[in-house]
Amino acid sequence: MKYVLMFVETEQFARDLEAMDEAGREAAYEAVGRWFAEHADKITHHTHLHPVHTATTVRLGGAEPIVTDGPFVEGKEVVSGFAEVEVADLDEALALARSWPACPVVEIRPAS
Amino acid sequence: MIGGVSESRGVDEPATHEALALVVREHAGRLAASLMSLLGDFSAAEDLVQDAVEIALERWPLEGVPDRPDAWLFTVARRRGLDVLRRESTYRAKLAQLTWPVPAEPDDRLRLVFTCCHPALSRPAQIALTLRVVCGLSTAQIAAAFLVPEATVAQRITRAKKKIAEAGIPYRIPAGEELPARLEQVLAVIYLLFNEGYLSSTAERAQARDLADDAEWLAALLANLLPKEPEAAGLLALIRLHRARGAARFNADGRLVLLADQDRTRWDRKVIEDAIALLTRTARTHRRPGPYQLQAAIVACHAEAERFEDTDWRQIVVLYDLLLALAPSPVTRLHRAVAVRYASGPEAALAELEQLGGVLERYALLHATRAELLRDLGRHAEARQADGRALELTANPAQQALLEERLRWD
Repeated sequence: MKYVLMFVETEQFARDLEAMDEAGREAAYEAVGRWFAEHADKITHHTHLHPVHTATTVRLGGAEPIVTDGPFVEGKEVVSGFAEVEVADLDEALALARSWPACPVVEIRPAS
Repeated sequence: MIGGVSESRGVDEPATHEALALVVREHAGRLAASLMSLLGDFSAAEDLVQDAVEIALERWPLEGVPDRPDAWLFTVARRRGLDVLRRESTYRAKLAQLTWPVPAEPDDRLRLVFTCCHPALSRPAQIALTLRVVCGLSTAQIAAAFLVPEATVAQRITRAKKKIAEAGIPYRIPAGEELPARLEQVLAVIYLLFNEGYLSSTAERAQARDLADDAEWLAALLANLLPKEPEAAGLLALIRLHRARGAARFNADGRLVLLADQDRTRWDRKVIEDAIALLTRTARTHRRPGPYQLQAAIVACHAEAERFEDTDWRQIVVLYDLLLALAPSPVTRLHRAVAVRYASGPEAALAELEQLGGVLERYALLHATRAELLRDLGRHAEARQADGRALELTANPAQQALLEERLRWD
């Protein structure tokens, strides 16, 4: 089955990352790189998103599309990236998510 | 082999709805498991079993329980399947080939249990699914047991089955390193079910399905199928030790009787002895204590005491310390404080309670316990206040009655 893992950052996580020194940040990025390399056979596609302050939202509900600055939902938790994976079932997807070494929340959704 | 799983209860009793439901329970889960492995579709298998169960509950009271209830349920489910799955030709073809008896894998129901209690499902969904799929309860029986509308239960089950199919929740026993956490989920569901049944069992609700009985049955099933997991046996012993004393918990008027005042001759000594033997055997074989084994050991200390005064409170305090080391919880600390009251006196116990006031402020039992301790210490006005607070917080009618009585007497 195909799933998308959505990586979700929290304010605390962003602050922690910022507070790290160069070596610490380097190590954190390396851990993420290793994770992608280790599971390369299951990951079909992945995207890292730029920080949420770069987001622009378009709302199409009304007569005219409304363009606003910022993400579609203002919150303490924001999606910071995606990985599309191909695995047998939810348990395998859960095992991948459990081993994710970076941001503290991962949402798993089946995709087609 | 741990007794209670395969014996088919109820056949010789008058054919009450209750008795029939117990016969159904022995067979529904097996049928669901074999249809599941045949069709590979959880939802379709479950629908067929549910249909067969409902037809059985309609017909058996009139026609009597068939000699082979399992073959009967199977035949009805198969016929139903050929009927309703007309459009789904692959299922039809598979079902058409199927004959009785179905070769049974011993683990089949275990896979069913783990799927129903998958952590990707909400707790209420886990409970409803387990009762329906593994125990063969109808939606109406589940609704009656939890005092919720039938439509709510039906919707919960439909959503859960959809999630299983669409999110790809697997139908299997979790592999090695996943097993402990997943087993914990299953045991938690069973224990919750037990508490729901046991705590809400009052005279007025005698008509409702006894969920404590289903919980004991499930725990026995699990202990049998997972002989290498001591916590499964621990939960079974715990449930049996509680139930052995069930008859003494209420007086003739349906009022709750406190442990200290219970008529201990009404406790089922045989069940207590067997449960303690199971617990001892489990502890010796595995040497892996866990929260359920420890809780069972605590209840065993109470059950072994001939009189309330004979209770080994020091041993109980030690067991609570071990339990808190494995599974810290404010409610366990409250229970430990009660043991401290008898082991070391009310003053020491009250000191422990005062530390818990913040976390358990909305917990009726905290205030009821506090009231007892304050009364021990002669602080009656404060005791009344604490009892009043407990009364505000409890919804359980038996507990309410007990507290009201205490306020009247004081």
